[in-house]
Amino acid sequence: MKLSRYSLLQGIIKLIPLLILFFIVFSETDSYFTNFQYFSFNFVYILIFYWVLRNPELLGYGFIFLAGLVNDVVIGLPIGSSSIAYLVLSGCAAYVRAMTVHVSVLSDWIAFIPSVAFTNSIYFIVLSVLLEIDINYLSLLSETAITIIIYPLFGILFNIFRDFFFKTYA
Amino acid sequence: MQRRADRDDFIIAVRSALLKRGTQQKFSLLALIIISGILLSLEVFDNRYLNFFRSGVKDIIYRSSFVVSAPSNVASFSFEKITNHFGVYKQNKLLKEELEKYKSKESQIGYLQTENKKLKESIEAQYSFTYEPIISKVLVDKDSPFLKSIIINRGSNKNIKKGMPVLDRTNLVGRVIDVNFFSSRVLLINDLNSRIPVIIEPNGYQGILVGTGKEFGDLKFLQTKYDLNPGDKVFTSGSDGIFYPGIPIGTINLNTDDELETDKTKVKYYSDLSQLYLVNVLKNVSAEGIEE
Repeated sequence: MKLSRYSLLQGIIKLIPLLILFFIVFSETDSYFTNFQYFSFNFVYILIFYWVLRNPELLGYGFIFLAGLVNDVVIGLPIGSSSIAYLVLSGCAAYVRAMTVHVSVLSDWIAFIPSVAFTNSIYFIVLSVLLEIDINYLSLLSETAITIIIYPLFGILFNIFRDFFFKTYA
Repeated sequence: MQRRADRDDFIIAVRSALLKRGTQQKFSLLALIIISGILLSLEVFDNRYLNFFRSGVKDIIYRSSFVVSAPSNVASFSFEKITNHFGVYKQNKLLKEELEKYKSKESQIGYLQTENKKLKESIEAQYSFTYEPIISKVLVDKDSPFLKSIIINRGSNKNIKKGMPVLDRTNLVGRVIDVNFFSSRVLLINDLNSRIPVIIEPNGYQGILVGTGKEFGDLKFLQTKYDLNPGDKVFTSGSDGIFYPGIPIGTINLNTDDELETDKTKVKYYSDLSQLYLVNVLKNVSAEGIEE
């Protein structure tokens, strides 16, 4: 009895990154934090990159793909555009994971910079060149920069969460 | 030799990232990226069955989004209500003053309406507009840096059609761009992709109001020489054949405290586009819908 309750709790904790991802894409939560002028960042990018890099078994590619589809429908973008961006970022994280031996927030952060730049380049090409959607490049540049700058903060927070829960319940 | 080893490492890492499924991964990244690309390319096809499927999926996701957002919406709504409660006395005083002002204007309006009717008859004006408002509730209002839009709870089941103007009370806030069975997407006038032909009163200048993604719009394609003044009113001109003329949109450079101060061609919207709750979709009764 005790064991089953323990494994249930363990299962719920393992679902947390996935639940956060789906809550953000489904809800009206401003995941870009656009209300703060010139201080918007993409929380979903940080979430995906961190968890695919550190614990890929918690955030499956299939779920990331679905989250992208939901995000497109809710925001009103053509279906598939966010999925491509999320999956490209996941690919970058998986590549970094395969190439890295020693992991730390600093090394993650350094890898995050070209990954986000590459992902956003592909995303913006899809939006502006293929789909001809007007984009405010200046605000998106600042959003990309702030996403990169703020990554270590969330990296440390996620590390604390991981260390606390996964060492206790893993 | 070293270079070859590096290249091999790179290829192995890329292959592992894109093709390897790993523990508990049911799909490879490459396969999912290809599927996303296919879905994206299907967006350009206007097929009846595809549209039917798309509408169904979108309706389900919008409703789910509404349910997921409900707790946070209730919390923010309650907070707003409590805050408003403290300002009721002051607001009441202001409203009484405004009411007096409008009462005095009412008699003037009656006279102007009669005069306008007579003038129209004298020039044998052929156009007459009969519109029926369809009151709709905003289901989802998720802010995005790419698109400024909202989802409303009326769709093809209530005869909503693409291109219909959407008003907040009497002010224009957007137009319908996507219709599902039970919901529709409204492109707001502050979206970067929004273009509305407008007329500026009292001088009667014509122009195009372009969305900027912010709480003001830019006026483009004005005549070479123009003289705009703070407080000049901006209305739809109706020259696009989509919106009927005379829907209020905003004013020129009204607030001198913000960044509008320096540029006269900026328009401050009447409605706060981030606070929409109930909107009116205008259905053209005489023409039975407007198609883009």
